[in-house]
Amino acid sequence: MLITEDLREAVAGIPDGATVMIGGFGTAGQPVELIDALIDQGASDLTVISNNAGNGDVGLAQLIALGRVRRMVCSFPRQKDSWHFDERYRAGRIELEVVPQGNLAERIRAGGAGIGAFYTPTGYGTLLAEGKETRTIDGRDYVLEYPLTADVALIKARRADSVGNLVYRKTARNFGPIMAAAAATTIAQVADVVEAGGIDPEAVVTPGIYIDRVVRIAEPAAAGELEVGQ
Amino acid sequence: MSQPLDRDGIARRVAADIPQGAFVNLGIGMPTTVAGYLEPDRGVTLHTENGMLGMGREASGDEIDLDLINAGKIPVTELPGAAYFHHADSFAMMRGGHLDLCVLGAFQVSASGDLANWHTGKPDAIPAVGGAMDLAIGAKQTFVMMELRSRDGTPKLVQRCSYPLTGVGCVSRVYTDVAVFDLADGTVAVTETFGPATVDSLRELTGLDLLDRTAAH
Repeated sequence: MLITEDLREAVAGIPDGATVMIGGFGTAGQPVELIDALIDQGASDLTVISNNAGNGDVGLAQLIALGRVRRMVCSFPRQKDSWHFDERYRAGRIELEVVPQGNLAERIRAGGAGIGAFYTPTGYGTLLAEGKETRTIDGRDYVLEYPLTADVALIKARRADSVGNLVYRKTARNFGPIMAAAAATTIAQVADVVEAGGIDPEAVVTPGIYIDRVVRIAEPAAAGELEVGQ
Repeated sequence: MSQPLDRDGIARRVAADIPQGAFVNLGIGMPTTVAGYLEPDRGVTLHTENGMLGMGREASGDEIDLDLINAGKIPVTELPGAAYFHHADSFAMMRGGHLDLCVLGAFQVSASGDLANWHTGKPDAIPAVGGAMDLAIGAKQTFVMMELRSRDGTPKLVQRCSYPLTGVGCVSRVYTDVAVFDLADGTVAVTETFGPATVDSLRELTGLDLLDRTAAH
């Protein structure tokens, strides 16, 4: 368990071509400082798995604007402030896989849980199920969906203890716990770090087994400084 | 004679049908306004698919906390008894049929209950589905609220959707400005009209073989 205040150390070693999961729903739970560190770190040709495709000019939006993302896997790329993604998509300079949000979450969960694939009713009979295997089970129609895993997950939580147990804050929890489990290396930015035992074991949301590196960012960019997207 | 409903009127009409104690997801846009017409003593619990049960009204002033937002990414408040959970749990709750009701907007609804509300299919449109497909098929019942006609006057309740589908056979009731429709087993029944609309005028507008169940209402 690496616990650091050095963002460079936190994101060291992410290679070109990596698949990176990035937590957050819009700006809530988006690990802005870790994304900024990834921008500085330089890895490119990335596949990014995240609910959205960036807001405004910071964080994931900037990573996309800099041409470092080859492929986006997300549920809702188009927002009122997703202009960097929109521009690159229209120019044919970024690949896009659109996944229904619940399927995205379940695929990530499955990735962390060792599930080979699963049948889901969501998307059956729609454009997003074209070419996929289907099956009727007890009279209901399902689509076969495969898990998502990643080389690295960048997530944001409220607090870590020294063994990497995490608690989150309100709806900023969103994809954090499932991405933590689905990535080979999970890097969490947190507002504070306490000693082991400083988080009630009954209240731990993400057990430290899923966490590899913790970086303390005492005062993260308030989401309030970012544009709120629709 | 009654008047056609305005958007607030449709929201009020939907709210009146939400059962006591129900767990409900209100979709982004027009359905969100239904929350304003739910009396607190009805004990309705609102789910927001980004990971919360017990969502309160929109936040204002000092209440605004950008870690506490709804699915439309609008800052909201929490009510006593609220719970937070991660995305996979939130959608499992939806997909698993634990929510009583989901209310959604629509581009089109077909007579067999197909819903189109996520994508215009235009070549320059960037596809973005969000939770629409999960919401369409997840809850025990899916209600749609919409104006019956699109801006160009064509009906949005149709024999077959021309827009890309969000879900197949998932809508059981449609609330509009001029009528309420019940959908079951491929049939569409008018249960209530507002303003000058009659079942015959609605048949003519939609081209559908509508059953008249207005007397039962």
